[in-house]
Amino acid sequence: MRSIPALDNRLRIRGLEVLYGGAAAVDGIDIDAVPGEIVAIVGESGAGKSSVGAALLDLVDPPGEWRASEMTLDGVPIDYKRTHVRGRDISVIFQDPQTALNPLFTVESQLVHMVRHHLGLSQAEAKRRAVEMLDEVGIADPETRVRAYPHQFSGGMRQRVVIALALACRPRLVIADEPTSALDVSVRAQILELIRSICRDRGMACLLITHDMGAVAAISDRAVVMRHGKAVETAPTGQLLAAPTAPYSRTLIAAVPPVDRKIDRFALPDTGAVVSDPSLERWLRANETDAAAVPLAVTGLGKTFGARGFLKRGTPVHALKDVSFEIGRGEIFGLVGESGSGKSTLAQIAAGLLKPDQGEVRLLGKPFSAATPDRALRRYRDGMQMVFQDPFSSLNRRMSVLDTIMEPMHGVPRAEALRLVPALLERVGLPPDVMTRKPHAFSGGQRQRIAIARALAGRPSLLICDEPTSALDVSIQAQILNLLKDLRDDLGLSMLFITHDLPVVRQMCDRVGVLHRGSLVELGATEAVFESPRADYTRALLSYLPHLPELQPAS
Amino acid sequence: MLPFLIRRLGQAFLVVLTVGLLSFLMFRFVGDPVVSMSREDATVAEREALRESLGLNDPVPVQFATFIGRAVQGDFGISYRNQRPVSDLIAERLPATLELVFAATVLALAIGIPLGVVTALRPRGALSNIVQGVSLVGVSTPTFVTGIMLILLFAVTLRWLPSFGRGETVDLGWWSTGFLSASGWRAIFLPALTLALFQMTLIMRLVRAEMIEILQSDYIRFARARGLPDRSIHYRLALKNALMPVLTITGMQIGGLIAFAIVTESVFQWPGMGLLFIQAVQFVDVPVMAAYLMFVGLVFVALNAAVDVTYALVDPRLRVRG
Repeated sequence: MRSIPALDNRLRIRGLEVLYGGAAAVDGIDIDAVPGEIVAIVGESGAGKSSVGAALLDLVDPPGEWRASEMTLDGVPIDYKRTHVRGRDISVIFQDPQTALNPLFTVESQLVHMVRHHLGLSQAEAKRRAVEMLDEVGIADPETRVRAYPHQFSGGMRQRVVIALALACRPRLVIADEPTSALDVSVRAQILELIRSICRDRGMACLLITHDMGAVAAISDRAVVMRHGKAVETAPTGQLLAAPTAPYSRTLIAAVPPVDRKIDRFALPDTGAVVSDPSLERWLRANETDAAAVPLAVTGLGKTFGARGFLKRGTPVHALKDVSFEIGRGEIFGLVGESGSGKSTLAQIAAGLLKPDQGEVRLLGKPFSAATPDRALRRYRDGMQMVFQDPFSSLNRRMSVLDTIMEPMHGVPRAEALRLVPALLERVGLPPDVMTRKPHAFSGGQRQRIAIARALAGRPSLLICDEPTSALDVSIQAQILNLLKDLRDDLGLSMLFITHDLPVVRQMCDRVGVLHRGSLVELGATEAVFESPRADYTRALLSYLPHLPELQPAS
Repeated sequence: MLPFLIRRLGQAFLVVLTVGLLSFLMFRFVGDPVVSMSREDATVAEREALRESLGLNDPVPVQFATFIGRAVQGDFGISYRNQRPVSDLIAERLPATLELVFAATVLALAIGIPLGVVTALRPRGALSNIVQGVSLVGVSTPTFVTGIMLILLFAVTLRWLPSFGRGETVDLGWWSTGFLSASGWRAIFLPALTLALFQMTLIMRLVRAEMIEILQSDYIRFARARGLPDRSIHYRLALKNALMPVLTITGMQIGGLIAFAIVTESVFQWPGMGLLFIQAVQFVDVPVMAAYLMFVGLVFVALNAAVDVTYALVDPRLRVRG
C-alpha cells in the first residue's frame, strides 16, 4: 500500500468496527481515499462491505453500532450532528434504480427538494440545478425529462437519475453500493464510465462497494479485499488482479470467469476427488431409452404475450420470434441475452410449462406445440429436469433433503432410494449425513447442490439450467460450474444453459445462441462466437465486458 | 384511458340494472301491493281496478321495463305509509345522511391518519400501545353500544350535547343544512363520532401498516442517505405513498358508512335515509325500501368509479396506460 500523508487524504478511516449484537460485521478496517480516486471494497456476501458504507453515513440499522479510532473527511472527523451533512458532504448511490426512487414524485421535485434543503437555493435556482444535473449524468433533453416520473425512465436512465440525486449537492465523497448489480451489461458499462468520469472531473473520491470483479477492474484505482469483516489485502487494482498476494484474494480472483479465454476448470482449493459410486452411475444411465433421439430440437418457435382484443389493454409483446436450434447429446448449449430478450420464456416452453404460439419443440423426439393437449405434457417432460436461479425459493422449506431428492424418483423402492440418495449427495459434493436436515440449514451454494441432486434423481437426459449461478457468490459459482461440467463429462448429460453472463457462457458452453428481443441473432460454436462474432449485437455485448489481466502463477 | 372508462361504465350499468331487478322483485313479490294500498273493505272490483291502474296485470318484463323507466326519471312511486312521492321523501332526508357521512369521514381521516403515522414512527412507544389497545376496543364494540354510551356521557350526565335530532337547519332551497347553525354543529357531533369510530380505527391501522412498510423501502432509505430531514421524509415522501390504499378504502367505506348510518341514525333519531328505511321496513313500505336499495347500489357503483379515477390521477404510474 502506498503511504499517503494524512493531510492529502480525502477520506481516512482507521480501525472501523461495526457490531451487530456482539458479532462484528466489520472488524477493524483501514481505508484511505484521495480526491478523484475510486477505491473498490470488494468481497462476497457477508464480508461486511456494505456495513462500511452504512457506518460512513452513520446509518447502521439498530441494534447495530459502529466505532472507529479515526474517521475523517479532509482531516475533519465525520460528525453529522455538527460539521457534516449527509447527502451534501458524503452521498450514496443505491443499487437498484427500480426501487430507489419514490414513484409518486417527479424527478424535478426530488432533485429540487434536496438541493433546496442542503444548499438553500431559490426555487428557480434549484430547478436550474436539476436540469444541469440531468444533463451532467447524460440524460438527453433534460429540460423536458426533468418533469417526468421515475417509471417513465428505463433502468439505465433511472440509475442516471439516482446518480444525479446523489451528486446534486456536489459531495466530496460518494459511496457507490453495488451501483451496477441490477443492470444489464450494456448499461453497466455506461454507468461505470459515468461514475469514473464524474470522479475524475470533480476530484470527488468514491468508495465502490461491489462483489463484481469486472466493475473493480473497469474503474477502480485501488481495491480493498474484504472477508469476514477484515481487509485481507489492499493494493492498486492492476496489481491486485494480476498478482494477488493474500491466499483468499487469489482464490477469489481465480474464480472469476474470464471473458477473453477459455479455461477448462476453475482453479479452486481443496475440491478433493469427486466420489463417484459406480452403481449410482449405472442407475443414472439406465434410463437412456433411445440413444439416437436428439435431446432438444426447437423449430420456428414463437410466443406473443398480451392478447389483442376489443377494449383490451396493452400492446402485444413478441417474446420469441422464429427461434430454431438443436442440442446434441452431451452438449452444453448456452442461451444468452439481456433482460427481456425472451430467454426465460424459451426455458419455460422447453420445459413444457408454457405453450408456444408458433413452432414446435421436440424433447427426446416427443413433440410439443400449441396443439399439444395438456394431458400429454406429463409424458413430454419425462427425461428433462430443471435447475432454477434462486436456491432459496426453489426448495420446499418444509421438506427434508431426503424427501426433496426422492421426489422425482418415480417407482423406485424406498430401500433402493435410501441407498441412492446418499450416493447422489456425495456425487454433488455434499456429505451424505445431511439427509434429514431441512433447507434452512444450508448456504446458497449447498442448496444449489441439493437442487442439482434433485434434478439428477429424475434421471434426466436434458438438464435445463435457468441462471443457475446468478444468485451465488463468485467462488460458489465457480464450484457449481465445475460440478455441472463434471456431471456432463461423466454422465453424458445434455444441458440448455440459460444466462445473461457472457464470461460464464464462454467457460461452460460448447455452442451458444444469442437472443435479442426474441430473435436468435447469433448461433455457433462458443469459441468462434467469442473470437469473431458475426452479429453487431454480439459484438456490442462483448465490447462492454471489462477484461481482467491474466492471473500470474503464485510465486 | 377511454376504453377503460367505457368498460367501467358498462360494468357499472350492469350492476345498477341488477340492483334494479332486485328492487323490482321486492316490489312485485314482497306482499301484495294492492292489499297494502287499498282500504280494508274494498270490493274485488275496486281492487282489480287498482291492480290494472298500477300495471300489475302486464307481463313481468314489461313491468320491469316500466319500473326502470320510471326509476331513471326519479319516480319510485308513492310511499304506502305517508302517501307522498318517494322521491320527495328521499330529497328531504338525503341532506341529513350525506352531511352525517361527510362529517364522519372527515373526522375519521383527520384523526385516523395522524394516529397511524405517529404509531408507525414509534411502533413500540407508549402512545402506540395505548392507541392500538383502544382501537381494538373501537373495532369490536358495536355501533349502537358506542352511540348509547356517548349519549349517556355527553348528553345525559354532562349535558353538553343534545342526544337526538339535527338541531336547527337552514333551508337553501335545494338542500337543508345543519352546518349553518350552532345547534346543528352540536347535534352532528355525537352521531358523526359514533359513525366515524370504526372507520377511524380502520384507517389508523391501515396507515400504520403501510407507513411501517414504506419506511423500510429503498427510496426512503435513499432519501435518508441523501440527508433529507426526517420530517419531510415522513410527512411528505412516505405519507403520500402510504395514503394510496387509504384512498381506496375510504372511498369504498363511504358506501359502508351510508349503510352503517341506519343504526346510528336510529340511536340518535337522526332524520336521514337510514331512519326512513327503518321506518319503511316496519311498515312494509315497499316503494321506499326499493328506492333505498337502488340508491345505495348507485352510491356504491359511483364511489367505485370515482376511486378508480382518483387513483389514476394520484399515481402517475397508472396514468399513461389505457
